[in-house]
Amino acid sequence: MSEIVLDRVTKRFGKVTAVDSVSFRAQAGKFVVLLGPSGCGKSTLLRLIAGLEDVSDGRILIDGADVSRLSPEKRRVSMVFQSYALFPHLTTEENIVFGLKVRRVPEEERKRRLAQVAAQVGLAELLDRKPQQLSGGQRQRVALARAIIAENRICLMDEPLSNLDAQLRHGMRVEIRGLQQRLGMTVVYVTHDQVEAMSMADRVVLIRDGRIEQEGSPEELYARPATTFAARFIGTPAMNLVALSDSPSGAVVRGSADALFAGRGEGFVLGVRPEHVRLADAGGVAATVTSSEYHGADTIVTAKAGEETLLVRAPGQLSLATGEPVRLAWDAASQHLFDAATGVRVADDRQPGRLAAAAD
Amino acid sequence: MRNVHGWLLLTPAAILLVGFTHYPAVATLLDSFFSTGTVVRPTRFVGLANYAALGDDPIFWQVLRNNVAFALGTIPTSIAIALLMAIWVNDRLPARALVRMSYFTPTILPMVAVANLWLFFYTPQIGLLDKFTALFGASSHNWLGDPATVMGCLALMTVWKEAGFFMIFYLAALQSLSPELEEAAKVEGASRWYYFRRVTFPLLMPTTLFVLVNATINSFKLVDHLFILTKGGPDNASNLLLYYIYQVAFSFFDTAYASALTVVLLAMLAGLAIVQFQLVEKRVHYR
Repeated sequence: MSEIVLDRVTKRFGKVTAVDSVSFRAQAGKFVVLLGPSGCGKSTLLRLIAGLEDVSDGRILIDGADVSRLSPEKRRVSMVFQSYALFPHLTTEENIVFGLKVRRVPEEERKRRLAQVAAQVGLAELLDRKPQQLSGGQRQRVALARAIIAENRICLMDEPLSNLDAQLRHGMRVEIRGLQQRLGMTVVYVTHDQVEAMSMADRVVLIRDGRIEQEGSPEELYARPATTFAARFIGTPAMNLVALSDSPSGAVVRGSADALFAGRGEGFVLGVRPEHVRLADAGGVAATVTSSEYHGADTIVTAKAGEETLLVRAPGQLSLATGEPVRLAWDAASQHLFDAATGVRVADDRQPGRLAAAAD
Repeated sequence: MRNVHGWLLLTPAAILLVGFTHYPAVATLLDSFFSTGTVVRPTRFVGLANYAALGDDPIFWQVLRNNVAFALGTIPTSIAIALLMAIWVNDRLPARALVRMSYFTPTILPMVAVANLWLFFYTPQIGLLDKFTALFGASSHNWLGDPATVMGCLALMTVWKEAGFFMIFYLAALQSLSPELEEAAKVEGASRWYYFRRVTFPLLMPTTLFVLVNATINSFKLVDHLFILTKGGPDNASNLLLYYIYQVAFSFFDTAYASALTVVLLAMLAGLAIVQFQLVEKRVHYR
């Protein structure tokens, strides 16, 4: 077992509160992603778990034991750094077994584990190279190998893929996820890239300004964003967020005449993902095309409805001229309502669209 | 003619280099094969006679021994202290800038000023050192006048002067090391000493080589303090090679013999530098 529990963890640097009373649980064997924009405190959170920083308040428990005051090596965690932190004067082999040597693991055992790990990450041919002679992806593998050879049950990763090019990143995502599942490690993974979070995580902890904005499975974050921040952060292109206003026939997109649902619109923000918006012949909301961008598999159409701008992700190639009138439609079930003042999601049972969808 | 502009640009530097470096060096080498001319006996070619005289000159051997002792006494100590100070002031500590500055201060003082300063420490009876030992009931001691203690006194002063200078190089090198390396080692459970031995020190090797070469050259080159403190005495007990060359050339006016001594000094330094580079090179180039 290797469960990590954070209990109201706070970290202050002088007057700045980097992490503000964060609590969450990373279950044993799960892949937990700490997601957030840069400077939100997610890396600090990881360093607190590793023991590289001391908590100002709160507790960190690993398997029920309070480790908040323990030094890093006593917490029995491995860590992969953003810059990989490989020792430039040591060969791949020496880098990987560095920790085993520190802990005086016998030579035979070292050799055995090295062979096993090197094969797992595909480094067997490169053991006598120095980091300078390795490519970015290979260095990444050395850092991974060094983390898993310790056979710790917990592995912390701090934006490990951010220095790789897009193609390599995709491959490494699959590999890291596979490795984690094969070895049954508990991984806490920090990233600002929502694609990494969505594709790898069992659980995503979305962080903003040192606090948890939303926590849940990738599906939950995608399907039911708790705030406009969460709505904007998950998904590419980001969710459309448009201000609503009142009209005699019901709530409308500000400046538009087509009613979306009965009731008040003023004070609410409507969220709908570009991939859920259709270009319809009739019904929906009238809009005019302002631009369209061809992406290969689909086309991102930017359209203006009333005073608001919406993105539409339409499959295939579309030839839409600027200024062309279109109608935008979406299922009531895929629209989200947020409070305009607080940005907080309106409870589902008070969302007209959701009610209608549930009644069907 | 096509390259006339290039040559014009090179000329100022070339004149200075030839006039003050290359010509004197070659002239010194040539002079060492001739006798010192006087009005009655003009200069004549003597082959290696000046070098043969070296072997029979007991003072030459003594200053050479002195110089080796001086180098061995100052170089390892000042490098070790420089490294320790650099690691210490690289840490997060209060008034770090002040500590760094005070360690560096001896470097900016001229050696002549330093020598005058330390003269007050070493002076018998009224010097700081004697005042201090007197507290424990020790009798007065002529630190610089005793052949047994004079080299130690000079070495101590030189270490004090040099260590801060070398510290700057180590400090710069330490700051170029990524703090993530230390954190990675910490997560693996490496102690500070283990990390220093296995990571910091090897990564500082290029700096160590640089400092080592400089320290070696300095230990043969830096003799300003002898003018103030001992003039090589007592009985050549503190005489160093370069100061001896100065004496031979400008006190005894035996320029030919001084030339031969200079050539030997240069050859020794060049040889040392080559050995150092080759020995340390294997352990330096980690990239």
